[in-house]
Amino acid sequence: MDWQIILDILPSVLLEGLLLGLVYAMIALGYSMVYGVLGLINFAHSEVFMIGAVAGAEVMIGCVHAGPAAALVLALLAGALVSGMLAVLIERVAYRPLRRRASKVRLVPLITAIGVSFFLQDAARLYLGLVHDDFYRVYPNFELLERTMDLPLQATIQGKGIVLMGVAALMLGVLWFLVVRTPMGRAIRAVAQDREAASLMGIDPDRVITRTFFLGGCLGGVAGVLFGLLYTQINPYSGFFPGIKAFTAAVLGGIGSIPGAALGGLFLGVLEIMGGTYLPLVSDGNIGTEYKDIFAFAVLIAILLFKPSGLLGRGHVEKV
Amino acid sequence: MAIIVRRLAIGLLVSGMALLAMPLGAEETRTIKLAVVSPLSGEIAQMGEMIKLGVQLAVEELGPELAARGLRLELAPQDDQANPDVGTGIARRLVNDADVMGVVGHLNSGVAIPASEIYKDYSLVMVSPANTATIVTDRGYATVNRVCGRDDVQGPAGAEFAANTLHVKKIFVVHDKTAYGQGVAQAFAEASRKKGLRVLGFVGTEERANFQPLVLQMRALNPDLVYFGGTYAQAAVLVKQMRDRRIKALYMSDDAIDSEGFVRIAGPAARDVYYTTVAGPSSEFPAAKAFGERFTKRFHRRPEGYAIYAYDAAHVIIAAIRQAGPDRAAIAQAVRHMELEGITGKIAFDDKGDRRLADYFIIHLPEGTYPGKVVRKIAMPAPPRGH
Repeated sequence: MDWQIILDILPSVLLEGLLLGLVYAMIALGYSMVYGVLGLINFAHSEVFMIGAVAGAEVMIGCVHAGPAAALVLALLAGALVSGMLAVLIERVAYRPLRRRASKVRLVPLITAIGVSFFLQDAARLYLGLVHDDFYRVYPNFELLERTMDLPLQATIQGKGIVLMGVAALMLGVLWFLVVRTPMGRAIRAVAQDREAASLMGIDPDRVITRTFFLGGCLGGVAGVLFGLLYTQINPYSGFFPGIKAFTAAVLGGIGSIPGAALGGLFLGVLEIMGGTYLPLVSDGNIGTEYKDIFAFAVLIAILLFKPSGLLGRGHVEKV
Repeated sequence: MAIIVRRLAIGLLVSGMALLAMPLGAEETRTIKLAVVSPLSGEIAQMGEMIKLGVQLAVEELGPELAARGLRLELAPQDDQANPDVGTGIARRLVNDADVMGVVGHLNSGVAIPASEIYKDYSLVMVSPANTATIVTDRGYATVNRVCGRDDVQGPAGAEFAANTLHVKKIFVVHDKTAYGQGVAQAFAEASRKKGLRVLGFVGTEERANFQPLVLQMRALNPDLVYFGGTYAQAAVLVKQMRDRRIKALYMSDDAIDSEGFVRIAGPAARDVYYTTVAGPSSEFPAAKAFGERFTKRFHRRPEGYAIYAYDAAHVIIAAIRQAGPDRAAIAQAVRHMELEGITGKIAFDDKGDRRLADYFIIHLPEGTYPGKVVRKIAMPAPPRGH
């Protein structure tokens, strides 16, 4: 194998990994924040992501004549709002009643989350089938977003790649500001630390939980729209793999930690693209691209062996 | 919505007819069923729907011929979701329904192979309009037949075209890890090697969204042609992402991208794509023009892909029922010895159920619109057993 080739495509590999990693990071934040306040792995989050992507596609297809900028902004808003409200609704309908009744058993809401996830997949499938007589939605092509630009070191990026980076950076920045600098963020952090103590200090935990779900859902919805834009088509099962990967990223970064989720997402995205691209090249095709997930997860296991709480996690062990 | 209304209407019509027929002809007329199994939901439902409609038209047009034998033919459409588990479940239900006399299906070889194991045990005849994987007929079952060609001819036909007409030297082969996709990709790669082409990579992937690792490998290896073995939903996203990243290699795929859905997802990236198929467009068959008109009149849409092959497959079974009566084993035998003039030409099967002379097409999408242009048509016999 020619090592020059490997070096030549390295900038592109890192760039693609970064784009995918930003999507993972935004989804991972939803898992991590909810885990922080509730100690619950919200497996329905992958479907919140998918439904955001479908909503974004609908708006974008509807606004196809309004030009790329308007269509994009409206699609992102729609994705964020639909997913945010959906996440709140899931919390109200599926998790809150359980929290009141069986608050000591954590497995009950976990299983409910998996049930909600199946329900939402089939609801999306029903919606696409009934309304569009189809199985997937295809994001429209805008010349401006599709245009490929040259970067130094033989890398290329498309308009939509730049949009993805900008929007993701903005969302992560806004989230950081909300959580670190505002009273609402302080309340979220307080509930994450100790729900009972926080409620004694005059914080309504239910309200904080609702807001956390809304924030996580918004991020997931925006990630869904960006994912659909980048990879073209979205179907009712599109959320599954990104969801699992983002959950992994949240664990890798240290679940419950916000910077950890972002870092874990980026790390996993780069690992996945690197593994998928280089494994076949260096093994002369003997180890195929399909081993990219095995490679990424092997690295994950290795890291967790030495740092069980994740890259930026706090040093205590919790049972899921 | 339209589908639901249509299904309701058909359902009402059928049950209404059944009610009318019962008191009048209950003694003489026996109702039998022709099943059609294809994916009616999921990402390749568009192709599956065409198979169902082709058979529906055949049942409506040719079914009444069975009245002379005191039989009333009913259509039993089934949705296998392109999923082997669902497909075998349906197969078990069909063999246990004594009124089912034949099966047209499936679309996916990976589903047809396990399902036909069940049909075989109950002597239920299956005529496939679309399964191209070699093993479908190579098992030598008396009940399994197909009216389309095979991957060990389709793959090499593509390789021959790539080497001698497109003059490519280095190829990169991707497949979807299904019995069908991997089979046709392997046949293509092997034939290419024999022609002296260099196979730079042969990779399988179940990925549906992010093909960047493959695209980056293409960047590194710089192939002249990329071949994809699999269905259109993946094929379209892959070629789109290749073109997005300025991979200039030619793109070639198989008969499972022969759908308007491919062009819809790929958009401008569908331009200049080549594919091989075992189901020629209607324009290739003299008899298909009238068929297209009848089809459009009945269903208000154009026939696509396998519709005419599904019609022919149903035609074979209906003709066999007419000869043999409502007896599964006799029908299976009659199908194997059937010779008739279908829309796609003369239909006759060899001793393992392959069509004696099947057509293979190479199609080009010069403008990225569907349907494309046939650039070559080859009629080839199936390779003999043990090939």
